[in-house]
Amino acid sequence: MVAIVDYDAGNIRSVENALERLGCEFALSSDPDFLISADKIILPGVGNAAEAMESLRSKGLDSVLRQIRRPVLGICVGMQLMCRDSEEGPCDCIGIFDSHVRRFVPSQGCKVPHMGWNTIHNLEKKLFSGLSGGEYVYFVHSYYPTLCQDTIATCRHSGQLFSAALKYENFYGTQFHPEKSGDVGERILRNFISL
Amino acid sequence: MVAKRIIPCLDVRDGQVVKGINFLGIKEVGDAVEMGRRYCEEGADELVYLDISATREGRRTFAQLVEKIASQINIPFTVGGGISCLEDAARLLDAGADKISVNSAAIADPSLIEKIASHYGSQFVVVAIDARLVGDSWMATTHGGSVATDKELFSWASEACRRGAGEILFTSMDHDGTRNGYACEVYARLSELLPVPIIASGGAGSAAHIAEVLTAGKADAALAASIFHYGQIPIPELKKSLFEQGIEVRI
Repeated sequence: MVAIVDYDAGNIRSVENALERLGCEFALSSDPDFLISADKIILPGVGNAAEAMESLRSKGLDSVLRQIRRPVLGICVGMQLMCRDSEEGPCDCIGIFDSHVRRFVPSQGCKVPHMGWNTIHNLEKKLFSGLSGGEYVYFVHSYYPTLCQDTIATCRHSGQLFSAALKYENFYGTQFHPEKSGDVGERILRNFISL
Repeated sequence: MVAKRIIPCLDVRDGQVVKGINFLGIKEVGDAVEMGRRYCEEGADELVYLDISATREGRRTFAQLVEKIASQINIPFTVGGGISCLEDAARLLDAGADKISVNSAAIADPSLIEKIASHYGSQFVVVAIDARLVGDSWMATTHGGSVATDKELFSWASEACRRGAGEILFTSMDHDGTRNGYACEVYARLSELLPVPIIASGGAGSAAHIAEVLTAGKADAALAASIFHYGQIPIPELKKSLFEQGIEVRI
């Protein structure tokens, strides 16, 4: 059973649809016991990081997330919330990943939001099992997580290199949307489900 | 680098993809979900579905269709056509659309862009502009090109971005349907002027036209309908050709 953390994080329909396509059982929940005992946990997130963080805190879910020992996957803003802090707001985040979330500086050639298909490199073996690097995945974001010791995939938008994915112990995060990244994204989600 | 995107556009009426032929009639070309899935498998980077239904019943059918598309397609898709208020946008978001495009309604009430962007983020809002050359100026039109407006393309596109548009989809009414190529110099100006991605639409007749608008035209994405629907340019061949010309595409 995969638990999707329910904290009014915007549109989670695409995550549900992707899990359905994989034939995976899932449930949306904000119940701490349910989240802690689920096999896998997905923390989705769309929209403003400071508002999402506030919503997570108001439900006490930030401390619940820290206690989880099963694999957790944060997607997009969901992953940013697991970083140290974000310039969006600005706000302090949960602090699982040793990364800071910064705003892209727009310039000629660096359009913001970073939107579309871009390649990921320097991939870790488990979450990206079956991929060799250079695969295209779908990104939509204006803020990016910096590189750090938890970086398990990198991406470059114009001159800016950033963490496309992060991992610390049982916690994983992707800045891109695996649920919208075609067959490559499905592969990554399947890898996460089978961790 | 972000790859240049290839976007098939599907006009939908009552669940069927249709295509106007020389403004004389409308021909059904296939099932909307099936065609979307096929494009997806062929390597389309994104899909645009436009609702051209004229009735309330048709609109309801479209929202149900968006749910079906969202459940079966694993790449992003935009929906548009007849979105005139925040509630319309919300309904399509709930149905699973990744982005919505607004056109005539945003010209009638530009604050609609802000309303949708502040609720759901700029990445959710594509502002579509249909324009044609009037004298020396590109002037926006509404209702499929039939109604003239006093909005000049470049100033309207800039205003749309200030109000929160995440992308601009510009269709040259002078080029649309001609298959003689895109209005490249206009896209290049838009791309230099604006901080958001530009989607080019109108005039694609060959792979060379698409290559031109993505290079000289500096567009971030190329949208086309009939050349894909009728199999004139299969997407895998198109992408291979773009790749061989050194254009970054997802293969």
